[in-house]
Amino acid sequence: MNSKNLRLLIPVFSLLSALAVSSLIIALAGRDPLMIFQKMVHATLGTPYGIGQVIFRMTTLVLVALAVAIPFHLRLFNIGTEGQLLMGAFAAAMTGTILPANLPSLVAVTLCTLSAMAAGACWALLAGVLKVRFGVNEVIATIMLNFIAQGITGYLLTWHFAIPSTVHTARIMDNAIIPTFGSLTGWLANSPANLSTLLMAVVALLFWLLIFRSRFGYEMRAAGLQPEAARYGGINAEMHIFTAMSLGGAAAGLGAANIVLGYKHYYESGMTSGIGFTGIAVALLAGAHPLWILLSAFFFGCLEYGGLTVNAWIPKDIFMIIEALTILLVISFSATGKGLNKNHHL
Amino acid sequence: MGVAVRLSGVSKMFGGFAANSNISLSVEEGSIHALVGENGAGKSTLTKIIYGMHLPTSGEMVIQGEAVRFTSPRDAIEAGIGMVHQHFMLVPELSVTENIILGREHAWLFGSLPLKYAKARILKNSEDYGLAVDPDASVASLSIGEQQRVEILKLLFRQASIMIFDEPTAVLTPSETERLFATLRSLRDKGKTVILITHKLDEVLAVADTVSVMRKGEIVGTVPASSVTKPELARMMVGRSVLLRVINPPASPGETILNIKRLSFRSPKGEERLHDLTLTVRAGEIYGIAGVEGNGQGELLQALWGLAPEGSVISGEATLKGRSIIGKKPAEIALMGVSLTPENRLLHAVIREYTIAENLLFGRHREPAFHKGIGFESRTIKGYTDAMISDFDIKCSSPEHQPLSTLSGGNQQKVVLARELNRPGISLLILAQPARGVDIGAIETIHNKIIEARKSGIAILLVSSELEEIIGLSTRIGCLYKGSIRHEFSQEEVTLKRDALQEFEKEIGLHIT
Repeated sequence: MNSKNLRLLIPVFSLLSALAVSSLIIALAGRDPLMIFQKMVHATLGTPYGIGQVIFRMTTLVLVALAVAIPFHLRLFNIGTEGQLLMGAFAAAMTGTILPANLPSLVAVTLCTLSAMAAGACWALLAGVLKVRFGVNEVIATIMLNFIAQGITGYLLTWHFAIPSTVHTARIMDNAIIPTFGSLTGWLANSPANLSTLLMAVVALLFWLLIFRSRFGYEMRAAGLQPEAARYGGINAEMHIFTAMSLGGAAAGLGAANIVLGYKHYYESGMTSGIGFTGIAVALLAGAHPLWILLSAFFFGCLEYGGLTVNAWIPKDIFMIIEALTILLVISFSATGKGLNKNHHL
Repeated sequence: MGVAVRLSGVSKMFGGFAANSNISLSVEEGSIHALVGENGAGKSTLTKIIYGMHLPTSGEMVIQGEAVRFTSPRDAIEAGIGMVHQHFMLVPELSVTENIILGREHAWLFGSLPLKYAKARILKNSEDYGLAVDPDASVASLSIGEQQRVEILKLLFRQASIMIFDEPTAVLTPSETERLFATLRSLRDKGKTVILITHKLDEVLAVADTVSVMRKGEIVGTVPASSVTKPELARMMVGRSVLLRVINPPASPGETILNIKRLSFRSPKGEERLHDLTLTVRAGEIYGIAGVEGNGQGELLQALWGLAPEGSVISGEATLKGRSIIGKKPAEIALMGVSLTPENRLLHAVIREYTIAENLLFGRHREPAFHKGIGFESRTIKGYTDAMISDFDIKCSSPEHQPLSTLSGGNQQKVVLARELNRPGISLLILAQPARGVDIGAIETIHNKIIEARKSGIAILLVSSELEEIIGLSTRIGCLYKGSIRHEFSQEEVTLKRDALQEFEKEIGLHIT
């Protein structure tokens, strides 16, 4: 078997084995796995509303995964997507409340989206600066920045911007809302899927072009693969660290805008938690390839929303185990796959 | 004398590719048996079979009269086979003694190690075989030559009787090489069997008793080393006659291109690595820098390519046609018309996972001729790639899809040289160890291309630790010793002395040690 087929088979194998393990756990919890899976498939893909929910979740997951994927090509591991999402979400909500109410919708949405992207980008760039200027490992820097982002948004929310006796900010102005597909065309009615999804598709395509087709990506991947050779080739690796982190952070910010401007219409404590980490798994499953990320995010979107829909039969905790086990299985399988590929070389 | 290793009809297939086919070989007990061949000829596969790392697809192996079938190196070690790998298998943090007994501790899990007993045995072995190493030193503090001695002591400690050495001289200085050869001879004289893997023919003739030549996975001949000459071995390896010496017609140098005046280089640690180094390279000549590695070659190259590490202090000047290049960045220096082929090709000159076409572009990807929008102009690049591949005889199957790492060392170097020689507006070419790790067949092409570039009027600075290469190619030769040019041979001297190669090598040798 050649290595290309093998590489395509590995995700399939890993998903199948994840399915088998999940069935076992569901059976142990006293339920019929087939019934559960059937309910999940029906709830996610069987109704327009379910599909809309999956697409909405997938949109943020793709953008967060892109935030991990771009630095990944520079061999930087951006664990800080949680923090970048938080900062982006808070910035979008804040901008949405302070803009003058008579601003045209297009301008208002653009400004709110840009502020979310800028906040995410700055937060990620900080980790890049710490790496280049002070040699701080980006994993440590981004984890710490996650905590700081939690602190900042938590403090600002609780002490300054929360509506009394709630954990969310004031509603953003109507013109800053990104319309849902349902409100525009009636498709996927009542679901939170909104126009951000189109933007997400464009961004994924642009990132693919940037990484694999542009001179910028050529330099960036070279600097990631062999930093020493890049120096000899006259490539400014530090500049690439800055741009990759900022681009990633901006994508995460856009993912936050999908939730705030397209769905919740305010900032709420804990609204993004966990998505940042799932995004890392999405990126890893897709091998940090922007187009495969679409597929992998779709899968995780189904899993997340499907898990919610079967809550009545399977406790949420069991589903957390299943999701985490799936990620672990996928990662271990792809590691084995790499090992196999190596043995095929002479 | 018995036969230590006998292989009959051994083959090893990887998928549809025969890395070894129908190998029959017998290695005499108490002899030094060299295995030579170009990269990819199947030498390492064969040794991995003997050492139990690969299971042969077919064929039989007999070790000291006993038919064996190894499934892991552990079996081979049990049978008295040991191997000194090219990259040492040592734990730097542990002491010499701890490294040697590793895996053979003979102690309970939480018991104390029999270090005293082990140390005594190690000392005895190192006396018997002339392998001086301090058993208490930590491995990290040892030189490369000493670390190799530790590896040999490890085999002796395990009482290996058949010892495989994989390219043992690749990392050694000339004097360390001599010393290793003395060790190999004393191992043989005490009845050990030595299998020596190498592609350096001089070494084979100097130390081996018997030579087996491999080509394309087969053994094409086994001959006594005393009855064969270097050109004959080269012909067996490559399959055709090879010119071991490049034809070097007289040069007529023009204006001065590179002018280095009293260049000094102080490393961040405060060591003076270059001291008042002065030399000039003129258009249409090759200035060869001869010297033992570590005498400032690396620092000179770093200074000329704008990659001196942070904290180093450079004084003096280096100008290209009157414009200073010190303190500039690599991209700026390249733009002034300078090309460099770095010494460490795989680490510095190429991106191993990139395709051949992408590597032909590497470092030159900023040239507007290759641009289209934010991406690359694929048609121009295709034309350029095809031209380079045919001009430099780069052997590959599909340049747009094949990663560079799948090429042999020689073809990789051709990619680098093709790219650097064709930089637009090039006036100075800096070559560091251009033939290192390159097959004999490819060396011929590479040396011819270098002479061709010289004839076209490019100034060339050649840094090499192979004296033969320096003498064969250079117009003038500077002898580098402790950071300055200690002696310079003029064009007349070089032309005159080139024909008496061995005496000339000796004379240069006096100036560089």
